[in-house]
Amino acid sequence: MSRKVHSSRTEGVDKNVWVEFTQLAADYKAVNLGQGFPDFSPPEFIREAFCDALKGGPAMHQYTRAFGHPPLVKILAKFFGRIVGHEIDPLEDILVTVGAYQALFCAFQALIDEEDEVIIVEPFFDCYQPMVVMAGGKPVYIPLRPREGRAVLSSGDWVLSPEELASKVTPRTKAIVINTPNNPLGKVYKLEELQMIADLCIKHDLLCFSDEVYEWLTYDGAKHVKIASLPGMRERTITVGSAGKSFSATGWKVGWAIGSRDVIKHLKIIHQNSIYHCATAAQEAVARGFEREYEVFGAPDSYFQQLPAMLHNKRQKLATCLQSVGLNPIMPEGGYFMIADISSVKVDLNDESNKVESRDFRFVKWLIKEKGLATIPVSAFYSPEHGKEFDKYIRFCFVKEDSTLKAAEDILKKWSQRE
Amino acid sequence: MNFAWHLLNGSKLSRRSASSACRRSFTSQRVMMSRHTNAKRIAGLDKNVWVAFTSVAADPSIVNLGQGYPDIPPPSYVKEALAKAASVDRMNQYTRGFGHPSLVKALSQVYGKVCGRQIDPFKDILVTVGGYGSLFSTMQALVEEGDEVIIIEPFFDCYVPMVRMAGGQPVLIPLRPKPGKIPTSSTDWYLDPDELSRKFNSRTKAIIINTPNNPIGKVFTKDELQVIADLCIKHDTLCFSDEVYEWLVYKGHQHVKIATLPGMWDRTITIGSAGKTFSVTGWKLGWSIGPEHLMKHLQTVMQNSLYTCPTPLQEAVAQGFLLNYEMMGRPECYFSALAEELEGKRDRLAAILQEAGMTPVVPEGGYFMLVDVTPLGQDLSLMAEDEAYDYKFVKWMIKEKKLAAIPVTAFVGEDSTKHFEKYIRLCFIKQDSTLEAAGNILKNWRRV
Repeated sequence: MSRKVHSSRTEGVDKNVWVEFTQLAADYKAVNLGQGFPDFSPPEFIREAFCDALKGGPAMHQYTRAFGHPPLVKILAKFFGRIVGHEIDPLEDILVTVGAYQALFCAFQALIDEEDEVIIVEPFFDCYQPMVVMAGGKPVYIPLRPREGRAVLSSGDWVLSPEELASKVTPRTKAIVINTPNNPLGKVYKLEELQMIADLCIKHDLLCFSDEVYEWLTYDGAKHVKIASLPGMRERTITVGSAGKSFSATGWKVGWAIGSRDVIKHLKIIHQNSIYHCATAAQEAVARGFEREYEVFGAPDSYFQQLPAMLHNKRQKLATCLQSVGLNPIMPEGGYFMIADISSVKVDLNDESNKVESRDFRFVKWLIKEKGLATIPVSAFYSPEHGKEFDKYIRFCFVKEDSTLKAAEDILKKWSQRE
Repeated sequence: MNFAWHLLNGSKLSRRSASSACRRSFTSQRVMMSRHTNAKRIAGLDKNVWVAFTSVAADPSIVNLGQGYPDIPPPSYVKEALAKAASVDRMNQYTRGFGHPSLVKALSQVYGKVCGRQIDPFKDILVTVGGYGSLFSTMQALVEEGDEVIIIEPFFDCYVPMVRMAGGQPVLIPLRPKPGKIPTSSTDWYLDPDELSRKFNSRTKAIIINTPNNPIGKVFTKDELQVIADLCIKHDTLCFSDEVYEWLVYKGHQHVKIATLPGMWDRTITIGSAGKTFSVTGWKLGWSIGPEHLMKHLQTVMQNSLYTCPTPLQEAVAQGFLLNYEMMGRPECYFSALAEELEGKRDRLAAILQEAGMTPVVPEGGYFMLVDVTPLGQDLSLMAEDEAYDYKFVKWMIKEKKLAAIPVTAFVGEDSTKHFEKYIRLCFIKQDSTLEAAGNILKNWRRV
């Protein structure tokens, strides 16, 4: 065809860090601490739930309710209603989506128009930016910054400046996107920090998109707080969750958006005009998983207790290993990931041809090719304007089998011994 | 209906000037106005025939020939493949975004054979959440403001809102019954070549075709597709070919892929569905196949919308395809076996409708049948709603007769309503007992 065929909305959003780096990791058969998925299996009870769902009669293999399989929305309403302390209507206040990713997509498409500004806190899960752009909106960035004047050892030491945040709001600002626990940093926002954001949202009548996919994964006593539960926030917040992250089954792609009906109704319109239904059997299995968790919530039996306990140890192991080889980790309070400062590493990256890319990108490629260890460059989670400030960090995923972490440890030890 | 309004009055005002005008007039008020307003792209897209009718028919006492899904089971090997896939650790985690490798390879094998060409599994294929998801990715990738998209009526109802949401302008053209006879078959409906050619102009970006067609069941012949292809080539437009019912074609008819006509591969996106192929609509997996230079844009949409489809489901569909690939062309192949089973049901439903004094439009393909309900002489003047006859009829029939169908004017624009409002759509991929139950209701129509 001689004419331009693609729509303008696909311009500038075609590059994607995952496509590039997962390919590279596969090509070099690297020990993969890059992409965020477990290399261990989901818990027995959830796998059984899936098998049971498959045997559950013909209805399990045919269309279910478009906005969410009834057993799933009912239990999600009950489960999260108990946590936030108010009733959630399963049919009006919840939309089930293909992963949290699609929930975010629906939120941006439904609520962001051309020239709307969306404040994004950096570092951010990389999809927020292209999603804002594809919806015609303008991303406005504000970075978390390490606190001045003391050693920065934990994600808790990275904070937002209230003045700087307030200065980012303009008459065009429509929404702010937060992610807690944060990917890649691992920060778990404290109540006061969320209150500060909430005050701004209420003052300027903003929407809040709260990505809480790692909500169960907090360490060292850090508490996950739902911004939607703060006064005045329920009507303006969309809270996004993920079965993939909750049950270590990322390949099932079941997620949800929960909010007030007046806002969720718009997301439903996007959903009904884009993919319409989500897979039935997977939703049935997730429903059973939540029903089980509802009964044992807070008890040692609960997977939402066991998983963070297991990851707590892996997190420690990885941090110790990184420290021992001169990489300085920032201890995450929550989530799947740890970032490490590579400034003190002195290597010849051997890539004369590539002076364009930032240091962390070049380092990660070198690490994959030369050492067979895959990670993700942290400036991928920053805007172009702030990337340079933060290109000394790389991201490790520690939600891996001990054997994988050990293999990574061996590579790092061997490398540090040679220098 | 809202979308019809938009169709007729399709906003010519540029969005940019409208929004800045609003901003100038309402600046002071804007700070106080709720920011929770929706984006313009969804204006008028809230109505949806499925949302309206599927909840009504969920009552188990209702004989449901409405929404298009089987109440017959899928083949057991497909369910077993899913159970097996889910038992493999790696299959419960993320797979390749544009399509699970074993699935895209299987698709490339099967469709490579069907099309008689090499299809690159990684560049020419995108796996999506159902045929629906493929349609969405296609529209978002390739349609925007200023584009016109030709849609043939009756059309699967999502085409119009999807074109609108992408900022495009739908241009409708109806299939017409051949003059001088009452239609008794989907072959009696045709597209007027002159009328079609007049719909093409320099703004035409694409034409959407659906063969076998939902709801009429028409299977476009090679000659009919050639007429469309000639226009696409002449006007340098794209073709989006929805072929989800491609294997469900009955004796005496042949499914032809427009992408295989000369000059068409480079400008066609062909859409398929695992749900319709393997009777697993609840798996929600589909695919788009086309040339790399078009597919890369669909892939961009995918990576920015939901990124990847569920892994174990894709693995199971791959297994289903590999199994049937070996048997293609033979009666044991599910694609042939299902068509044969459905042909029997098609004929049984047609007979049931004829016994009840109606004239069904027997379809050449797909799993829907249209029937003119005029012979039933149902007086609906007491129903106050200002709706097309078929909408009123179906609502009344669900309530009073406990039989569900879908009104056909859900699949046409405002201007064509008067030509289609005497028809309702019945789905026949149902157990024999379901079809017989429908037959009893229709036979006893006049009894109160």
